[in-house]
Amino acid sequence: MLNGTTAELVERKALRINPAKTCQPIGAMYAALGIHGCMPHSHGSQGCCSYHRSHLTRHFKEPVMATTSSFTEGSSVFGGMANLTQAFKNIFTIYNPEIVAVHTTCLSEVIGDDIPTIIKKSIEDGSIPAGKIAIHANTPSFVGSHVTGFSNMVMAMVNYLSEKTGTTLNQVNVIPGFVEPADMREIKRIAAAMSANIVMFPDTSNVLDGPLTGQYKMYPEGGATVAQIKSAGDSIATVALGHFASHVAAATLESKCNVPAAFLELPIGVGATDRFISTLANYAGVEVGPAIELERGRLVDLMSDLHQYFHGKRVAVAGDPDQVIAITQFLVELEMKPVYCITGSPGNQFEKRMHEILDGPVPEAKIKQTADLFELHQWMKNEPVDLLIGNTYGKHIARTENVPFVRFGFPILDRTGHRFFPTVGYMGAVNLINQMINVLLDKKDRECDEEWFELVQ
Amino acid sequence: MRKVAIYGKGGIGKSTTTQNTVAALVEMGKRVMVVGCDPKADSTRLLLGGLAQRSVLDTLREEGEDVELADIRSKGFCSSLCVESGGPEPGVGCAGRGIITSINMLEQLGAYDEDEKLDYVFYDVLGDVVCGGFAMPIREGKAEEIYIVCSGEMMAMYAANNICKGIQKFAETGVVRLGGLICNSRQVDNEREMMTKFAERLGTQLVHFVPRENDVQRAEIQRKTVIEWNPKCKQADEYRALAKAIDANKMLVRPKPLSIQELEDLLMQYGLLG
Repeated sequence: MLNGTTAELVERKALRINPAKTCQPIGAMYAALGIHGCMPHSHGSQGCCSYHRSHLTRHFKEPVMATTSSFTEGSSVFGGMANLTQAFKNIFTIYNPEIVAVHTTCLSEVIGDDIPTIIKKSIEDGSIPAGKIAIHANTPSFVGSHVTGFSNMVMAMVNYLSEKTGTTLNQVNVIPGFVEPADMREIKRIAAAMSANIVMFPDTSNVLDGPLTGQYKMYPEGGATVAQIKSAGDSIATVALGHFASHVAAATLESKCNVPAAFLELPIGVGATDRFISTLANYAGVEVGPAIELERGRLVDLMSDLHQYFHGKRVAVAGDPDQVIAITQFLVELEMKPVYCITGSPGNQFEKRMHEILDGPVPEAKIKQTADLFELHQWMKNEPVDLLIGNTYGKHIARTENVPFVRFGFPILDRTGHRFFPTVGYMGAVNLINQMINVLLDKKDRECDEEWFELVQ
Repeated sequence: MRKVAIYGKGGIGKSTTTQNTVAALVEMGKRVMVVGCDPKADSTRLLLGGLAQRSVLDTLREEGEDVELADIRSKGFCSSLCVESGGPEPGVGCAGRGIITSINMLEQLGAYDEDEKLDYVFYDVLGDVVCGGFAMPIREGKAEEIYIVCSGEMMAMYAANNICKGIQKFAETGVVRLGGLICNSRQVDNEREMMTKFAERLGTQLVHFVPRENDVQRAEIQRKTVIEWNPKCKQADEYRALAKAIDANKMLVRPKPLSIQELEDLLMQYGLLG
């Protein structure tokens, strides 16, 4: 395990150990799967594509399809145009998707392949057949992180597809951010419960969490259709969830099609969900309604029931910036103490926003944008925490330090719940509370002296 | 086998100087291979009597990886061996990567093997050292001696100084050394003195001063080196002298590049006298 990690902190400038981020194309590939009938395409060497597919498969436990330009030595010298053009021909002939979403890789970025020109020429010469579509996002992994890649691909959907016809449609766009299919499903459930008509893109529910039917479908039922994304230009407004994953696309839609946007955070916990639901109700012109209000009431009841267990508990949080910003607010609502909050994804907004959240309630909190899990571990060695929240890569730290651990974020490679239980919305908060209380009480039951071993908690 | 790379500012006459020098070396009975490292693939035109060569990368693209040495190497003037790396069209792909690919391929194909009995291999490299690919010939002990073609024009000297920075960097860890400057005269005022001083300041020598002579252009129009076009002309002897100087050269140094201020001072001091 990580017993060799020392408590002594050494300033590091270049080296990252156990980074809290991964490659841009993973995010782009995931976003592309949220378009119905879409084949994600990796413009680069085969290894990139294989890694990204297998990483997504390990998280979702579903086969993730994607194609690759299969760069050779020659393509890296002469440029990837011939490979991409051939790829379009093969993909549309063999796999027949409605749309291909191309993302670049480090290699094709460094040699500077001009994807828009290649797409244009492929349309002209028929490699992309009439009626079929190709879009692209630039996703160099030496810039940003998987969150940036997701954001870039969602922006590409707007840039290539969304149109304003002049007739406003009675619908609100929701850009859900880099969240689970279960979360996207939950957002749709909430909107339906409020009778709000939404268009959500990307939407990976029923794509990466579909049922076992005994019949393989390369393009499952789910996903935002091209027509829906196109119509997003005629919507009343856009609700964008998450600064890092969604705001750029919403801003692009605002400037391209004059669709006003609300720039919100992920609806995790009470306050953030309140803001999402009231914004959605406002734009859609609907009442929140008793069903959703009841859910909120049940959440608040649960929070007060369990307050004694959560109050004052020290928590370390690692993950993607939108997730960390959102869950930290929920921890503060529970009167827990998020003392260490880190991300590896670049962007100044993270530290700025985290200070706004924590400077009042937890002034001693350590907040760091360029951190890695090694550094977080060192902080925990110096001043321990009661709970660690993060993706699967935190499990070694949790075991080494004997800290209760809640898996949250991307990727979760070794557990199952994230596929079924959302963390957004009031019911998502109930799910998070459930996970946190269980690991906290399990540790107590396992380790406390016998006189403290209670039948009733 | 001596492994020589020729660098210098774009348009300074690297390819012309290299081929004329190689012509003089093969005339002396040396066995020489020229490797053109320029996407334009025009480094062996004078030795071959025209752009008759399929480049390594074109061959790789068309034949896949089943390339034979005979596919990419042609015999030129006096049995000189000519190879063009080639590369992508302007504006696409990565020419630097192309040079890395083609030099690796030449090694795999045994172009440098003992049984080839080469006395010299010359790398003629495009312009300035712009990225890792263009530095390939001076990396990992490929070329061991560098000659920089230069003139008394300011920008040519800037470029030469910059190339010295590259050599200095690679010399720290490798065997590459600077063999000297070759002045391809542009009839700048006081040029020979300035070049001699410049070379001295860099810690090296002026290997040869090649005077400006229109016979070079006349030969080029005929797709020939000067020695092939008119072995008796005066310029042919200049290239023979240059070849002899390189053949006899033992002075291989780590260059000491000048600061911009020092370089400008040198120009002020010599360039304004005349």
